[in-house]
Amino acid sequence: MADVRDLYQEVIFEHNKNPRNFGVLEDHNRHAVGHNPLCGDQLTVYLRVDDQDTVEDVSFEGTGCAISVASASLMTQILKGKAKEEAEALFQAFHDVCTKQREVEDAPELDKLAVLAGVRDFPSRVKCATLAWHTVHAALETDEAGAEVTTE
Amino acid sequence: MAVEEVGRPGKDLTDADARRLRADFPCLGQEVHGRPLIYLDSAATSQKPQAVIDAVSRFYETSYSNVHRGAHTLSERATDAYEGARARVAEFIGAGDSREIVFVRGATEAINLVASSLGRLQFGAGDEILLTEMEHHSNIVPWQLIAEQTGAVLKVVPINDNGELEMAHFEEQLSERTRMVAVGHVSNALGTINPLREIVARAHEMGAPVLVDGCQAAPRLEVDVAELDCDFYTFSGHKLYGPSGIGVLYGKRQWLEAMPPYQGGGEMIRRVTFEGTTYAPPPARFEAGTPHISGPVGLHAALDYVTGIGLEALFQHERELLDYATEAIREVPGVRLIGTAAEKAGILSFVLEGVHPHDIGTILDNQGIAVRTGHHCAQPVMDRFQVPATTRVSFGLYNTREDVDAFIQGLHQVREMLA
Repeated sequence: MADVRDLYQEVIFEHNKNPRNFGVLEDHNRHAVGHNPLCGDQLTVYLRVDDQDTVEDVSFEGTGCAISVASASLMTQILKGKAKEEAEALFQAFHDVCTKQREVEDAPELDKLAVLAGVRDFPSRVKCATLAWHTVHAALETDEAGAEVTTE
Repeated sequence: MAVEEVGRPGKDLTDADARRLRADFPCLGQEVHGRPLIYLDSAATSQKPQAVIDAVSRFYETSYSNVHRGAHTLSERATDAYEGARARVAEFIGAGDSREIVFVRGATEAINLVASSLGRLQFGAGDEILLTEMEHHSNIVPWQLIAEQTGAVLKVVPINDNGELEMAHFEEQLSERTRMVAVGHVSNALGTINPLREIVARAHEMGAPVLVDGCQAAPRLEVDVAELDCDFYTFSGHKLYGPSGIGVLYGKRQWLEAMPPYQGGGEMIRRVTFEGTTYAPPPARFEAGTPHISGPVGLHAALDYVTGIGLEALFQHERELLDYATEAIREVPGVRLIGTAAEKAGILSFVLEGVHPHDIGTILDNQGIAVRTGHHCAQPVMDRFQVPATTRVSFGLYNTREDVDAFIQGLHQVREMLA
């Protein structure tokens, strides 16, 4: 049976209390707003990408539960320096692990993101973990005008 | 358990009674995450007593057929059960005439029905629809839709920091252009009981009809539509210990007689030709198609069940639980109550500093405690109190002080983990 302590790992508490790369990225050239209409949560992801769509810098801001804030925070750490294709592949791997389509051991590239794998036993919380990723995906797909995306 | 054995009308409902009644609800007998289920989400939907489950099963086993059609025995039995339920609903809410009771899917459909039909009948450009800041989305969006179609405009009565209507603003906003006042009886997000008599009296002085969303009131307090003098009253069966997919729209006869159909189809007609159709009188006019036949049967059993206990006793029981819980939760550091009206029903909404409601919900669930987290389909209320979401505890007839104790203990555990 799923224990709630498997979901709320220490790393998640720590990132929730002290989110990394939090706030507006001054010289961003991409951004998107993500909504989770089920809970009213909203977060904005800011990106600075180079000519080849490689992520030079990334930040986020907004409100959310511990899972969504920690996921966004961890995401910003792993995304820096990643090419668009690498970012998309990470999203896919992360999504697959969260939805039990892939085992954590089969996705070593997730690195620290693996602490969020506990959501797979809490289906109602998967969207909390993936909101930031849906949002960054939308930001990478769009131009500077920005995009809106929802988990529904 | 037979319905007659349940009730002790006119008596108080004690925790011992509630524990006994809890045994009538099979779904509450289970464990969740290895702990006995503590269900504190009756405002979202209530659990069903065996009497309701049995009534629906028995109906399917012995009397099921289509209604108002065919001369055969089963059809007559089904029609009697269906129309008997309508008469029972009329009695339950104090309507003088069962033709004033329309069966719908739920309160949402009822409000859409009135907005669409009455809107087409009499809303025009510049006419005003007066709502309140504490309405559920289902008592906002249908009015926005008809306002877009007719050019009518929405006016909103604000609420104060306690979550009570600003009645001075209500007076100010009520005008000769007001074509509808739509208000909740009890707020699902705040628990506030609104001063309906005053609202109805003032609206009527201005010639405006009043629709009351009674979803949270009908399961919690005695409703008498004749005494309230409201023009429309609606509630959903599933919050009143009955089946989901069945709801009630009460409408004063003169309104229902005047209103055009909401949906077209079988059952709602008098005579159909390709040149034109004449419509059946209410309530059939508003019940197109084969209805949810077993729904009213289950609702009938649910009304018998709660009447057996007594609505007054039920209200007092939930009030006592609310007072007990309010006092206890105030001792928990970092808690801010959302909704502190003087007049409240058994709903307790709060935020906990530094902890998102979703995390509270998940951690409590892990202890077998079911609460609601989110915006409760009342985003304007969340905006008013500047919170993204709240955690909501809501009571039913089966809850006890022990449930409250377990919840408070759970909340302390949440704080240890997250705050």
